[in-house]
Parts: sequence; structure tokens; C-alpha cells
Amino acid sequence: MSLKVLDQGLITTVQDLGRIGYQQYGIPRSGVMDELAAKIANLLIGNNENDAVIEMTVIGPTLQFQADVMIAICGADLSAAIDNKKLPLWRPLFIKRGSILRFGRPIKGCRAYLAIAGGIDVPHIMNSRSTYIRGGFGGYQGRILQRNDILRNSPLTKSSKLLLSYFIQNDLPCPFATGNWTVSTRLTSYFEYNSEIRFLKGPHYEQLNEESKLSITSIEFIISTHSDRMGYRLNGPKLKFVKPLQLLSEPVPFGTIQVPDDGQLIILMADRQTIGGYPKVGYIATVDLPKLAQMMPGRKMTLKELSIEEAQQQLIEVKRNYLELKNGIQLAIRRVSKYESN
Amino acid sequence: MDNITFYPQGDQAITVMFGHEINEELHSKVMGLTQLLQHEPFLGMVEVVPSFHTVTIYYNPTMISPKTPSLSPYDEVVNIMKSKLKNSQKSIFRSERLKTIPICYGGEFGPDLKLVAEYNQLTEEEVIHLHLKQSYVVYMIGFIPGFPYLGGMTEQIATPRKATPRLKVPAGSVGIGGEQTGVYPIESPGGWQLIGRTPIKLFQYEKKTPSLLKAGDIVRFKQITVEQFENWDGV
Repeated sequence: MSLKVLDQGLITTVQDLGRIGYQQYGIPRSGVMDELAAKIANLLIGNNENDAVIEMTVIGPTLQFQADVMIAICGADLSAAIDNKKLPLWRPLFIKRGSILRFGRPIKGCRAYLAIAGGIDVPHIMNSRSTYIRGGFGGYQGRILQRNDILRNSPLTKSSKLLLSYFIQNDLPCPFATGNWTVSTRLTSYFEYNSEIRFLKGPHYEQLNEESKLSITSIEFIISTHSDRMGYRLNGPKLKFVKPLQLLSEPVPFGTIQVPDDGQLIILMADRQTIGGYPKVGYIATVDLPKLAQMMPGRKMTLKELSIEEAQQQLIEVKRNYLELKNGIQLAIRRVSKYESN
Repeated sequence: MDNITFYPQGDQAITVMFGHEINEELHSKVMGLTQLLQHEPFLGMVEVVPSFHTVTIYYNPTMISPKTPSLSPYDEVVNIMKSKLKNSQKSIFRSERLKTIPICYGGEFGPDLKLVAEYNQLTEEEVIHLHLKQSYVVYMIGFIPGFPYLGGMTEQIATPRKATPRLKVPAGSVGIGGEQTGVYPIESPGGWQLIGRTPIKLFQYEKKTPSLLKAGDIVRFKQITVEQFENWDGV
């Protein structure tokens, strides 16, 4: 199955869960900005959770499917539609050959993930299909998608094949059809309009002056339009340290909150450089990274402190819910195959 | 275990800090722990990244099973680090890898060689000689893919970075930035003073090991002519 890019959208790239093991060589992890939405999109259609997906930003691409295909779209609501009929998110979808998928106004969130059965087939570079835009490698030819690009899928898993044949056999009339199952709000509710993002204190937090410490957790920051896959810049009062810090460069994880010389916070994201020398006042709790990745530039946000114990406990809880979903989907697929053999 | 501290970098990474300086003794401790972890990873470990003075270990907290139920995954990882450190500090790390990098100095490959010489009140030949005679330690790779932070350059040729960085530094350029020297593996903006260029590729993304160098390597430079540079073919 192949799909053709008729319009590229804003920033559309092929990503998987990231390039692991190469930060020691200065190579960023890259990968999806909202890991939860991407993994669920894959699960819904029987893919492996690390299969490559298409990450779409604010304005989605226009894509034409050259064959019948199973897809799922999770994450932001960017008004996905076929023939002016709106597509539901967080569900498996069966799309008929020749259909043109279009996106429109962003309604909620800013990054959506399109998974196709089998996963997007692009070469592995350092064990990953993620695009590192700055480095010009990985994903689809190391760049954002452009008009006339053609993408193909890898072979389907057994689960995906079962799902696909169930839909085909039922010969549904619309240009698309959807499965009955949807994802529990326990997993998708990070999209609530509450703009609070939780963080853990960093090694240089205590060196901030009193006014700055107060500001961090009380004021509303505005996410600057100069925010991208490398980092989010926050506009707010100039933060200051009691005395200037001279630091040696060292590795920085996804979600590191840095204070550069101009006192405006930067939150490091998926394509960040592997090391940094600016003071680190905090780290976004991993459980809130998907929420942050869905916040549009221009949006206001506040920071709330969280202990490491709570942060890790939340991750364990999300994993539990996620595994429940995974089991539920596998059961549903088995039921479907029993139905089919009857 | 004097002077070794731990701190969490968020909920999925821990940093082991050996000190606050750049020196080979401290760095050999960094490399000792790095090498041990790479040979003996623990369940839940994702990757290990060394720097001048720290080792950062990325891990998956949902895969850590604390021995005591009241411990957080972080606390358990601290305990694991303490026991790994006991083993890693038993022997002194010595690098087994020596890499020789050919450099064509000056001319169009080293547009700032004259500036470096004048700044340090030396001749260009003297600068080249001082750059060549050292052996260098790779402290870490970072900033851009494959970029080595080299230690051991003599302060006799230290030169401040350019006030206005170049928008494009050609791949393979060898530079001096303050007291450090390094090689740009790929074209990139950069503010270092460029004294030469190497024909070899320090970074190739298609390769299984994409970076020619890694932390802990010993590097020596060797001078080549323009003609040798132009005819270089992975010889």
C-alpha cells in the first residue's frame, strides 16, 4: 500500500519512538513529541508500538491512499476528514482505496499522529526510523514531507491482517468505516484545558533568587512562537540567580528546563542537542510531556512542582492503564477473527 | 567514594557526578563507570552518556523493581549505582583506542591560522608544531553528531572564539576555541578559529558505529600536504 502526499501541511515528519543508544555520539533521540498518542495509534490497528507513524503539526497534510488501508489518528483534533465527513480520532479506521484525507482547522491540541497498518516503511538509520531534521537523516529522506512524496507500509502483523480482512469482508458503504472500540478517557484526558504542567526540581533551582523561585510556580508563561521540536521557549519575567553560575556541559533529558542568559525559560524537547551548559532549574514530569507537546504556541501555561516519587508513581499508573488497553485491543481482535471464521 | 554525588535529572535519568573540573584523572573515573555499565547493564537501563565530569544514565522507572517496596525507582537506581561504583573504581580505566587524524594546516583550510599565531606571538609553523606534538583525550562527544571535546591542548596556542561566529564551517574543519581544540564532523555554524582541515569523515550516519571517535579515545594529529588531502581516499 502506498500513500501520496498531495499537500505537505506545516511540519509533517515520519517518526518512531526515537533513536536509542546514540546520544553518547552526540546524536539526538528525536522521535515523536507525544509518545502516548503515537503508541495508542499503533495499538489500535494491531501494529507494534514502535512502528513508524506520521507526526502532523497544527496544519495536517493532504494524503491520498492508493489501496484499502487500516489507519488510526490519535492526538490533536486537526479536523481530519474524507469527502467532508469528519473522521473520529482514537479509533481504528478502514479507508477505501483512492480516498483523500484532508485536515483543516486545529480544534484541540497541536500534534496528531497517523498510524497505518504495518507502519511506515523507511530505512532504519541507527536502529530508528525517526527523522532528525537538523542533521538531515532518518525518516523520509531526512526531511519534512513534501508534495509528491510517496510513502509505503511495511508488512502487516497477523493482528492487523485479521482486522483488515474483517472490514473488507463486511463491505461497508462509506469511504471509511470505524471499529466500535474507543480508548478510555483515563488515557486521553491529558487533553483537558487545564494548563498546569508538573515539573521536578533541578540541581540549580535553589540558586535562583527568591523572586524568581516565586515566579516559576505562580506566573502564567506564554509559549513563544519560537517553539519547535528542539525546544519550547517560554515568555515571562526575567529569571535570575543569586550569583552567576559557571557550569560544565553535560547530558540533558527530554523536558529539561534551562535558564539561559536572557532569563527566559527553555524546555528541551525531542530534537534537543544531547548536551547543554545552561543552568537547569527543573525537568517536566515525563507523564506531562504529551500534554506539553499538545500545547500550541501562544497558549498560556503554569508550572507546578512534583516530587520524584509522585512523578514515577504516575508513570507506573499510566503504564498500567496502557497495558489494559493493549490487552483489551488484543481480545477485541481475537473476537473479530472468531466472528470471521463463523 | 569521596566526592561522588548523585542527582536525578527528572524521572528517567540519574547523573553520577565525580567533581567539577576537566582533568584526566577525574575523567578516567567517568570512563570506568561508563565502560562497566555498557558491559553490565541493569534491567531497565536505557543508555549511558559520559561527559567531562559526570555519567548520565537514562532508565525506564516502570522497569525498576525496588528490593524494598517503600523505595522509589530512583532510590533503587541510586543503590544500583553505588554497587556498580564499588566495582568500577577497583581498576583504573585506560583507553585502548588511539586514533590518528590527518590535518592539512593553513591556507584555504585554515583561514584563522595567521590570527592564532599573531594572537599568541608565534609563527604559523610554531602553532602547527604545538598542535601536533600533544596527544589528546576525547572527553565527550556532543553539541553536534560526532563532535569531540578534546583535552590536552597547550595554552600556548589558546585563542578566544570569534565574536561573530561563521554561519557555515566546512565539514572536517579543525578549530581552536578558547583553551579547547576540536574537529567539526559536519558542516555547521561555528565560532572557533579554524587552523586546518581533515579529509576523513568523523561522522557517517549510515554506519553501524556512526562516530569515528568516542569518549575515552586518545587522539593524535598528523600533518599532510594539500596534495595528500586531495588524493585522500580512506587510505
